[in-house]
Amino acid sequence: MRSLMNGTFILAFKLLVNDRAKFQALVGGITFSTFLIVQMTSLFAGILSRASSTVLNVGAKVWVMDPAVNTVSSSIGLPDYVLDFVRSIEGVSYAVPLYSGGALVKLNNGTYQPVTIIGLDDDTLYGRPALEQGSIEDLYADDGFVVVNDAEYSKLGSPPLKAQMQINDHRAVIVGVARVASSGLNGVPTLYTTYKRAISYVPSTRFTTAYILVEPKQASDIAAIKAQVASLGYLAVTNDEFVSKVSNWFMYQTGAGTNMMLMAVISFIVGLSISGQTFYTFILENESKFGALKAIGMKGSELVKMILFQAIFTALTGLGLGVGLCTLMIFIARLRLPDYAAKVTYENLLIAFLMVLIIAGVSSYIGVRRVLRIEPFDIFRG
Amino acid sequence: MKRIAIQALGLQKWFGDGEARTLAVQDVSLDVNFGEMLYIVGPSGSGKTTLLSMISGILRPNAGSVAIEGCDLWSMSNDGLAELRLNRIGFVFQDFHLFPRLTTAENVAIPLILRHEPWQASIEKALVYLKKVGLESRADLPPVKLSGGEQQRVAIARAMIGTPDILVLDEPTASLDGDTGRNIVSFIKNELLTPQRTVVIVTHDARIYEFASRVVNMEDGRIVGISEGASRA
Repeated sequence: MRSLMNGTFILAFKLLVNDRAKFQALVGGITFSTFLIVQMTSLFAGILSRASSTVLNVGAKVWVMDPAVNTVSSSIGLPDYVLDFVRSIEGVSYAVPLYSGGALVKLNNGTYQPVTIIGLDDDTLYGRPALEQGSIEDLYADDGFVVVNDAEYSKLGSPPLKAQMQINDHRAVIVGVARVASSGLNGVPTLYTTYKRAISYVPSTRFTTAYILVEPKQASDIAAIKAQVASLGYLAVTNDEFVSKVSNWFMYQTGAGTNMMLMAVISFIVGLSISGQTFYTFILENESKFGALKAIGMKGSELVKMILFQAIFTALTGLGLGVGLCTLMIFIARLRLPDYAAKVTYENLLIAFLMVLIIAGVSSYIGVRRVLRIEPFDIFRG
Repeated sequence: MKRIAIQALGLQKWFGDGEARTLAVQDVSLDVNFGEMLYIVGPSGSGKTTLLSMISGILRPNAGSVAIEGCDLWSMSNDGLAELRLNRIGFVFQDFHLFPRLTTAENVAIPLILRHEPWQASIEKALVYLKKVGLESRADLPPVKLSGGEQQRVAIARAMIGTPDILVLDEPTASLDGDTGRNIVSFIKNELLTPQRTVVIVTHDARIYEFASRVVNMEDGRIVGISEGASRA
């Protein structure tokens, strides 16, 4: 490693890490700050991901809905003619209805458990989940339901195949156990069945179609489909756009995004305060030494590089420890709380990286300003 | 024939402005020759350290010029001056200014590291110079574990490792007892002073005057006399 590193950087490294108390305070400050930032943002990312779980799990290319829909669960029923209209659009290969609603399951012990019911198109079962037990065709059997094996599965008593339960006083039989990409946000189990069975089990409003799932003939047809649907007063969005729509609603309309941002900013300020102050003290304590280096013949630009290296090294060490600590905490939390929604994403890491970079930049700027003002003559003067 | 290492002409330096202006050095001209050990002496506030700083490329004069072997020092850029100091001048500061977080060997190796020489080679060369000052066994210790005299020798080794032709020492015996101070200066004279090198020492320690080739006496920012030392070059 040494041969790869410039001697000046080794010097900077040793001056930094050999001052253990300062180095630990610096790294501790940035680690704490990173931990808080990643924790906040990953919790929010987890919530957003779960809020869009149905979208992710069904995975349709295009979703048609009422423009007033904000979240998947707050669907507004679509009149039947919308389905007919969508099917008549030139670029549509096929379009099917999707039901999404809530029901109460009466468990064998007599207690009730709210569930989400997803009703798949009877003809195609488009949007069906991957099964880990059972066969999807059994959904056509009497009272057939597929239960999702996610963090909420145990709330139904982890029912095996052929287990029976009551949904809104109707008999339901588990014919499959499914695994999906993402668990829901509401903390309730999810059951899949056919569209017709869903609307017969769950009391419905006049219009029962929550969404229309569209398969375009080609990706290039999506723009035209969107325009045609819009002309009817409805909204067509791609899978990704629907996820973004849900995320944006949670982020900007619920206050959760603002709170998360506030917490991230507070974490950033805490990190900046601790690290900036400690780094400045480090520079002050070594001021005469930096002056001596200048007197001996170190150029100002090299001193700046040295301080930048120290700041960046500290920042990256703190970032790594902070991310590691946060990941470990999420892992431990998940062992105890399977529903724990935090999710570390590349975006979270990027936010933390940028914030830590700013902390390093500000700290080193303060240090550099001080060091560049040092006159080597002051070393002679004492 | 004497070869001039440093030539200072009409140097002036003042600090502050207006009524607070203090004239530290006034119209000082001086030649320093290779092979000599020149002392700049005088009472506190006489301008010794200011003069030393100006002739070693540390402090820019308000008027006058300094040339090192004919090269005008103060027409150079800050980076050029830094490079010149690094390659041609060795400094020993009054308070040594050793890095407490580095080992003794690493402290000595600093000028080579600043010259971008490989780390390991610099440390190996530092060990050679530590041996020269009799501190090879202390190489891995931090300077705080060394006595004042030993720290001074480490500072000298650091100043010498880049083989400068000008060695500048600011009050080298100020924090040492009499015997240690004399031994240090004796070591400098006997081991480091060569016909290709000049040593300039600022001091007001009369105990070490016997080693000087010439003594420049300063008062109130002016040279009030230059005398041949007890040990003429």
